[in-house]
Amino acid sequence: MANYTMRVFRGNQDGGEWVEYHVDVEEGQVVLDVIHTIQGSVAPDLAVRWNCKAGKCGSCSAEVNGKPRLMCMTRMNLFEPGEVITVAPMKTWPLVKDLVTDVSFNYEVAKKIPAFNPRPVEADGSHRMMQEDVDRGQEFRKCIECYLCQNVCHVIRDHPENKADFFGPRWFVRLAELEMHPLDMTDRLHLAKNDAGVGYCNITKCCTEVCPENIHITDNAIIPLKERVADRYFDPLRWVGRKLKGK
Amino acid sequence: MADYERHDYDVIVIGAGGAGLRAAIEASALGAKTALICKSLLGKAHTVMAEGGIAAALGNVWPEDNWKVHFRDTMRGGKMLNNWRMAQLHAQEAPDRVKELEHWGALFDRTADGRISQRDFGGHRYARLAHVGDRTGLEMIRTLQQHAVHKGIDVYMECTISRLVKDGDRVSGAIGYWRESGKNVVFGAKAVVLATGGVGKAFKITSNSWEYTGDGHSLAYWAGADLIDMECVQFHPTGMVWPPSVRGILVTEGVRGDGGTLVNSEGVQFMFNYITPYFAAETADTIDEAERWYEDKKNNRRTPNLLPRDEVARAINTEVKAGRGSPHGGVFLDIASRRSAEYIKRRLPSMYHQFKQLADVDITAAPMEVGPTAHYIMGGIRVDADTAASTVPGLYAAGECAGGMHGANRLGGNSLSDLIVFGRRAGMGAAEYANKLGAAPKLDDEALDRVSHEMNAHFEREGGENPYGIQRDLQESMHNLVGIIRTQSELDEALTHVAQYRERAKHTVVEGNRQYNPGWHLAMDLQSLLTVSEAIALSASTRKESRGGHTREDYPDTDAEWGKVNTVTRQGKDGQMEVTTEPLPQMPADLQELFQEAH
Repeated sequence: MANYTMRVFRGNQDGGEWVEYHVDVEEGQVVLDVIHTIQGSVAPDLAVRWNCKAGKCGSCSAEVNGKPRLMCMTRMNLFEPGEVITVAPMKTWPLVKDLVTDVSFNYEVAKKIPAFNPRPVEADGSHRMMQEDVDRGQEFRKCIECYLCQNVCHVIRDHPENKADFFGPRWFVRLAELEMHPLDMTDRLHLAKNDAGVGYCNITKCCTEVCPENIHITDNAIIPLKERVADRYFDPLRWVGRKLKGK
Repeated sequence: MADYERHDYDVIVIGAGGAGLRAAIEASALGAKTALICKSLLGKAHTVMAEGGIAAALGNVWPEDNWKVHFRDTMRGGKMLNNWRMAQLHAQEAPDRVKELEHWGALFDRTADGRISQRDFGGHRYARLAHVGDRTGLEMIRTLQQHAVHKGIDVYMECTISRLVKDGDRVSGAIGYWRESGKNVVFGAKAVVLATGGVGKAFKITSNSWEYTGDGHSLAYWAGADLIDMECVQFHPTGMVWPPSVRGILVTEGVRGDGGTLVNSEGVQFMFNYITPYFAAETADTIDEAERWYEDKKNNRRTPNLLPRDEVARAINTEVKAGRGSPHGGVFLDIASRRSAEYIKRRLPSMYHQFKQLADVDITAAPMEVGPTAHYIMGGIRVDADTAASTVPGLYAAGECAGGMHGANRLGGNSLSDLIVFGRRAGMGAAEYANKLGAAPKLDDEALDRVSHEMNAHFEREGGENPYGIQRDLQESMHNLVGIIRTQSELDEALTHVAQYRERAKHTVVEGNRQYNPGWHLAMDLQSLLTVSEAIALSASTRKESRGGHTREDYPDTDAEWGKVNTVTRQGKDGQMEVTTEPLPQMPADLQELFQEAH
């Protein structure tokens, strides 16, 4: 057992401060365990979201020593005993209290993406899809909606005003998933270009680096989306074609 | 009366896991104005942690499979204590519900000919579980969530319901609070669907999250509804045991379904020593036959590594007690010896990461250490099989908080299918009831004020106790005294303890204010935790036999007479909890015949 110093942000919209807690840490513990130890002893009103404690639900996102992480998957043995470990709420979202932020932006964006629209079922009442045709979609559907990719994306992290015109990496993954879904029949490229603002992304791959599910957000979702948008809307021949057809 | 934020609906659904989402989708589709209320953010419910798959007799891998085989497996797995009609509806409707998920966007793993793949699981005669690697629950909840978003269902997130309110005999709504602001919120509703999941947080070692405090069971009980079979608690045989911080986290049964074997410290595949007469006819009794079964299922019987969960959990418990356990008090689960690293990473990716990141174990090279963990309660709110109606008019229940479907033990994979089969039925039942009801029943203002006052009282006391300490003591008592193996003296002791904790809980003190205050939330959750703990201990004390998830050291045998009754928990006139027994619903002759056939 070793003693660690945790500097945890405590506060709400009215203001806040860093509070230091000295905690005995057992073998194998993760940052979330230590937050729970603090909560169960000296700070029962310390606000934190969590559910599965196994990296499956994406609730306990925070910034640990400045790095966006799931607290439940961040082992304490990453740090040296005696080291001061800071735990802060995600910066991109409005603060609710302590480590809890208002992530409702994401639930609002989800509503703006037109629903999955499948082709009719086969004669036997089911669908046929080959594994290789669903592999990519399955990669995207690993997303646990922790919103760490959203949190770290500088398009909205540093420029909150862009939130009106930019869906963010999580939702590009969703758009790419629908775009590549073997059964879906709806075209969402216009949305990707306009309301979703895929053009704002300049491929710095920050989102990919923080994804706890190791989804290749930039390479497999965003770049293909950008390419499809470019093919349709910025290809000069197609542009001429559209003008001639009056579209 | 205080001035409450108030919302009125035809149907409110409490809980937004698989069952709640499916219920809300159905109620809304039938024209009911519907609200979905959940303690966490949408999409974080316990369903996301379901790993292995959804049991449904699609017959994609084994054309021999059909609903009758699934029905039979389910009833036998439940030691025949199941509500036969629920088990029948479940087996008949699960395939359509799985195909519906696919039609709503779910991407299941595929067979070579492009259909939904199915994997082996404990107690299922054929490979039957539709799956997505080992994250099937995430696929289900995301599919339902994405489908629901566009259906005009109002979602109230991070909103906890504290009590149901009635107008005479009927349910008329609910009162709760916003977790974020701590402010009260009131819902008027013609019908209420409970889909709140289970009770795992009553136990020290559990696979369940903080949300699993028996809310739905307690809301129904307090409103006068019957609970059945509350003694039947499933300890999943394979939870992580090391390091201590991850103790209890689930290790999917899919590990064994995909070829993993259980081994003790002497290197013995001990499950061969625990084949009970009940399953002897269908279980391989030599390692040779079990090994052949992985490749040739027609001419060999199933490996005992895939016996139902109650059998495996008891076996592990016995091995550990006999001193043949692993270094950290579990047993070994080995898949590396049989399968390639590539296969394991493809079929069980989250198990691979979970052990690598949290326990420094590479499961493609070394065995896992596993042991039993409180996972699921078969007992729950007594419901009508077809409509999911409880014994209180206007109150419906689906998923883990409903009782009857799984009898004394649930088969793996039958939970996800239960959620969508009975979630849909509960949504239908509630909407049809609400649509027929006409005028909305009235909310009882006095009851609302009483509940609101109770919630405030936590801040007004001085010098009381921190609720976390009471929860820890309760979990310790339930784990030690009402765990896998039970005996009368310990159950009596547990009931004494629960009464003491109830007394202590009256004097909890809460620090801070009402804004997002977990200590205060827990102080309130303790009420439901204590209620379900008492119901489990009292029902366990009543059933004087061993059956499925209920094992009595002092009554080790299964008793045919006890197999004819449910235990029924309800609130007596004086407010005391009463447990009685009542006869099981009678299975019709044509279904009984399914159990006569030789295997």
